[in-house]
Amino acid sequence: MDFLTQTRWSPYAVGIGIGILSWLSFLISRHPIACSTTFAKISGMIERLFRGDKVAAKPYYQKIKLVVDWQYMLVVGIVIGSFISALLSGDFQWQWVPPIWDASFGGGVIPRVVVALIGGVFIGFGARWADGCTSGHGISGTLQLAVSSWISALCFFIGGILAAHVIYRAIG
Amino acid sequence: MKTAMGVQKQNRAPLLQGLAFGLVFGFLLQKGGATKYDVIIGQFLLTDFTIVKIMLSAVAIGMIGIHAMKTLGWVKLSPKSGSAGMNIIGGLIFGVGFALLGYCPGTIAGAIGNGYLDALVGGLAGILIGSGIFAALYPQLSQGILKKGYFGDLTLPRLLKLGDWVVVIPVALCIFLLLCWLEQAGL
Repeated sequence: MDFLTQTRWSPYAVGIGIGILSWLSFLISRHPIACSTTFAKISGMIERLFRGDKVAAKPYYQKIKLVVDWQYMLVVGIVIGSFISALLSGDFQWQWVPPIWDASFGGGVIPRVVVALIGGVFIGFGARWADGCTSGHGISGTLQLAVSSWISALCFFIGGILAAHVIYRAIG
Repeated sequence: MKTAMGVQKQNRAPLLQGLAFGLVFGFLLQKGGATKYDVIIGQFLLTDFTIVKIMLSAVAIGMIGIHAMKTLGWVKLSPKSGSAGMNIIGGLIFGVGFALLGYCPGTIAGAIGNGYLDALVGGLAGILIGSGIFAALYPQLSQGILKKGYFGDLTLPRLLKLGDWVVVIPVALCIFLLLCWLEQAGL
């Protein structure tokens, strides 16, 4: 059982594992693996706490429904699964500033959190605009050979490569 | 006849399945290094190809298995509908955010489990805000830009008017060759 306590696995072992997991999720649960809609549900649920039931009547929340479902629990499971994996290998650590960021922009917590927040706004907005994220389009959609997903996945990478080069090569 | 308990159990089954799939998915993402900002940003800076290797091998294996099960009549596919306005513009906005944040919606959940506080405090809040802004603008967007260049739930085999396997096998082969090339190039 040594492999459970290893810090890193071959990316191919991980990829093959995710591929097989996608078979099982189609076969057993009839759902493709996907994550980002859950964040829109949580956002709507939090807004409903403050502004009441009229929030759930918004057209977008009529479409996705503000309920805890299969995918919501998948996202909860990811947090726990990653935590278990990190604990087993001793890779768990509280960290505010990632090493590559630190090397270019220093160890200040505020700049990193502000940029993470702005990036998060783009991600949340863009995932809803494109109707999917790296898992829903990038893996589950492309493996179904969906045209919407291949276009989205390509654009995720084009946008990411351009922005990362601006951040680290032009600014950093 | 179903008891009240039975009904409840029936409703709970998908939730437990989702949790179980998530546990394994999160475990795999963490073991692959995909919960780390440095690995994701390294991919976009084209210095670390871990993410592409994970994704392409998952897609190749997943695609072959899913289409085999489809051919056998075991599963039905659910390709998402799309349009040029949705997938190109939304994809680019998402990509820029992906590089700024260094996590995506799936890997940020893993990053939180890994103890990364920039993900929990900055990124998660941002994703919730961005999703909320979209929900507020949805009535306008859905009548305008999101409809531009609509093509529905089209798949590559239907677009090319070819059988599934005539597309699956060459795509799998291209992925395999690309991964071999990445290894040969030492990336």
